[in-house]
Amino acid sequence: MRRRYKILISLLAGVLVVGAGWAFLSQANIPVLETSGQVAGKQRDLIIFTVILSLVVVIPVFALLFGIAWRFRAGNTKASYKPDWDGNKLLEAVWWGLPFIIIVILSVVIWISSHELDPYRPLSSDKKPVAVQVVALQWKWLFIYPEQGIATVNQLQFPVDTPVNFTITSDAPMNSFWIPSLGGQVYAMSGMSTKLHLQADKVGNYNGSSANISGKGFAGMKFVAKATSQADFDSWVQGVKKNADKLDKGGYERLAKPTENTPQKTYVLVDGDLYDTIIMKYMGHGKQQAHDENEHEHDSATMDHDMSDMKGMSH
Amino acid sequence: MDFWSLLLGKLGLDALPHEPVTIGGAVMMTLGGIGAVAAMTYFKKWGWIWKNWLTSLDAKKIGVMYIVVALFMLLRGIADALMIRAQQALSVGDAHGIVSTDTFQQVFSAHGSIMIIFVAMGLIFGIINLIMPLQIGARDVAFPLMNSISFWLYIAGVVLINISLVLGEFSAAGWLAYPPLSELEYSPGVGVDYWVWALQITGVGSLLSAINFLTTIFKMRAPGMALMKMPIFVWSVIASMSLVAFAFPILTATLAMLGLDRLMGMHFFTSDAGGNPMMYINLIWAWGHPEVYILILPAFGVFSEIVATFSSKKLFGYASMVWAIAGITFLSFLVWLHHFFTMGAGANVNAFFGIMTAVISIPTGVKVFNWMFTMYGGRVRFTTPMLWFMGFVVTFTLGGVAGVLMSVPAIDFQVHNSLFLVAHFHTMIIGGVIFGFFAGFTYWFPKVFGFKLNERLGRYAFWCWLIGFLMAFVPLYALGLMGATRRLDHYDASMGWQGLFIVAGVGVMVIGLGILMQMLQLFVSIRQRHENRDTTGDPWGGRTLEWSIPSPAPVYNFTHIPQVSTRDAFWEAKKTTAHKKRIPFEAIALPRNSPVGIAIGGLSFLLGFGLVWHIFWLAIVALLGIIVTIIVRTSGEDDDEEILSAVTVEKLAAAAARTTKRKHA
Repeated sequence: MRRRYKILISLLAGVLVVGAGWAFLSQANIPVLETSGQVAGKQRDLIIFTVILSLVVVIPVFALLFGIAWRFRAGNTKASYKPDWDGNKLLEAVWWGLPFIIIVILSVVIWISSHELDPYRPLSSDKKPVAVQVVALQWKWLFIYPEQGIATVNQLQFPVDTPVNFTITSDAPMNSFWIPSLGGQVYAMSGMSTKLHLQADKVGNYNGSSANISGKGFAGMKFVAKATSQADFDSWVQGVKKNADKLDKGGYERLAKPTENTPQKTYVLVDGDLYDTIIMKYMGHGKQQAHDENEHEHDSATMDHDMSDMKGMSH
Repeated sequence: MDFWSLLLGKLGLDALPHEPVTIGGAVMMTLGGIGAVAAMTYFKKWGWIWKNWLTSLDAKKIGVMYIVVALFMLLRGIADALMIRAQQALSVGDAHGIVSTDTFQQVFSAHGSIMIIFVAMGLIFGIINLIMPLQIGARDVAFPLMNSISFWLYIAGVVLINISLVLGEFSAAGWLAYPPLSELEYSPGVGVDYWVWALQITGVGSLLSAINFLTTIFKMRAPGMALMKMPIFVWSVIASMSLVAFAFPILTATLAMLGLDRLMGMHFFTSDAGGNPMMYINLIWAWGHPEVYILILPAFGVFSEIVATFSSKKLFGYASMVWAIAGITFLSFLVWLHHFFTMGAGANVNAFFGIMTAVISIPTGVKVFNWMFTMYGGRVRFTTPMLWFMGFVVTFTLGGVAGVLMSVPAIDFQVHNSLFLVAHFHTMIIGGVIFGFFAGFTYWFPKVFGFKLNERLGRYAFWCWLIGFLMAFVPLYALGLMGATRRLDHYDASMGWQGLFIVAGVGVMVIGLGILMQMLQLFVSIRQRHENRDTTGDPWGGRTLEWSIPSPAPVYNFTHIPQVSTRDAFWEAKKTTAHKKRIPFEAIALPRNSPVGIAIGGLSFLLGFGLVWHIFWLAIVALLGIIVTIIVRTSGEDDDEEILSAVTVEKLAAAAARTTKRKHA
């Protein structure tokens, strides 16, 4: 009787906890699941597919675990006792085979999705993509719009339903560039250029951050990614061009000095090669000499080519 | 260079702590140390501890010391965890929590390093030392002195990492210290140096242990114990220690390079001057991923023993289990890149490593099914070790689903470095390694100390741990999907994360309650040791050789080396007790106590301390001291064994047998 009481209470508590959790999560903002971009949307579908696939094994495991434990508890003398039963070829074949089949299916999914959702792969669209060069600094994000000739700090804006081609580097310890509502993250590393292709399907403000620790001010490296109509984007660009400070070499050096919780800022871009210059700083024998040497050895076109071959991995 | 900097390197008064929390920690630690020394002196226990413990080469005693130290480090790691949870629950919007950013970053870096290297590894080495020789019918490990040296190198690391609380600072670069953040340019203080040298010294000890245990298993098994007749725990030790032997040299080389970067301004991993941080990240995970399996495989071994014993039934699918262990061991070297799919390696590379990762779930799943069918047709007694097993299967399966999710690179991009990842690996390490250790601790406790632990308090502790664990980490899965990245010392209230962080904080407190229960359990069990004494040597109806000898296990383990002809040798022997021949006792050679281990450990600590603070004379003297100690030891006369005569063995065996009889009287 007491045992039944205990079980009832624990069941009730379990239901309560699950209910409270569900109520909480249903009103919470969960960007990875409630997505606003096509990349994030496909990633969410993959999450759901993989969970369901896993349940094919997990549900039998839980059922068997508690079923067997209950049936063969020491107090149950009605159950058979076979102390020397230590193998069954057929059963073992089932549990080598079943997970194997599931993993074969998952492997196909991994292969296809790794290529389809490769962050380096441009998104297909009839619209011309917006190029944004991302630089992780101590401790803020610099966004350079080479085509628009502007740059911003901790503030990102682009038109909705239009692919955004990010190229990402760092002039600081390694960071990770992540806007969960729109899609997965990619590392930002100094002396290297990684790529990420995203697109917003809805107008809105999306939180972005650095997902990799990069020192003291790392928690403050957050920004807002604003997806607007094309017209709003154009007028925003025009506004920036009219009003903002100029970002030249000296301005960049001042900006690159470590600051924490840096407020948003906009600039007119003076040096169109700024992004390449930042990468080339790390290419020579030491940061100081690198500047002069590289300007002679490379022009930015060949360097761009080198970078895309490297894909961030080989050096 | 003036005299003081020559004498003390970078060490000065400014190395003392200045923040309330760190000062508190430092004062507590210093007082604790002074208290312990004073108590030892007052009770005149120095001679006793020196003779019976510190210089002992008995694997069982070394095992106990490993576990005692690792459990103390567990308390430190839990204290760090509480601080992390408190900070993240409170540091929202205008509030800035309980510690500064810098301290917070040191705390989580210390938490990770301590829990993996100084808790989990210590517990694993402890339990292997205690049980593996008994299970293979051996009297000791192959190299008893090297065993002691391994232990004291581990202690040197423990002391080094704890002293960073009092002198200087600890690394703030995360538990794996990725460059370029961990390089001189961005981390000029001594914190990363403490991390490098504490891990380096301990790592050398781990490698020596692996060689020792592998040699022991391959050369010292009881006659008749073919490889496929070994207990599964011993198989898991072979797998785990092979991983140590292959993976730890990578760690040693990687730390050496990072150390050279920092000590001599080299450029292995800096991002300029031809250095390459990505190389470090590859290397550290080429060690780091196998490291996870180094910890979990022995836990699998422990559970295999426990399920069979408490089901009073043979382990199901022994050969499958061995192949599954071998498969996991092999695959664990082929998946390291899944720790950085986000580095931009390209779709083919990511897909390959993703598939390899998913493949590991096959042998792991097989093991779970085999454990369940070990219970099938058995008589399952749900003692505390079995509760830990049940809790392990539930949490490990859930954590496994999260792991399969993250093996898909396209999904990993969305959860990498988020709290989802943090929740996943805590599920695997707490649910797997820690639950496994607690199960093994309760199971083998009577064999080591001669009495059982209190069941009721053990059950309470289990439920606190399980519920606390779920409360602490299920919210973290949700937070990860809500976009919360790991290691944040502050966030905006508008993110809506605070509620879940508070629940997680309460969860850690419930785990803390579980730890209190375990302390209480230990206290009560020691007080009631006479009622709970294990007088049979076989309190659970055991199957393997360790249960064939009296509890606590005598210093020589076995009076006669057993003859083995089947798996579950003791279970089979119990069936055929009809004719027990009296075999005459023989003299047994045991390793003599040696201060060499503690000397090398102490000198290694000084070497590490000198390298951290750039006190080069100290480092050189310590290094020379180590070399001289080794030369003296190896060229000395061969007097490293003491002989217990046949008469002494007979007397000791009779004394052990008397405790057995008392029960029947």
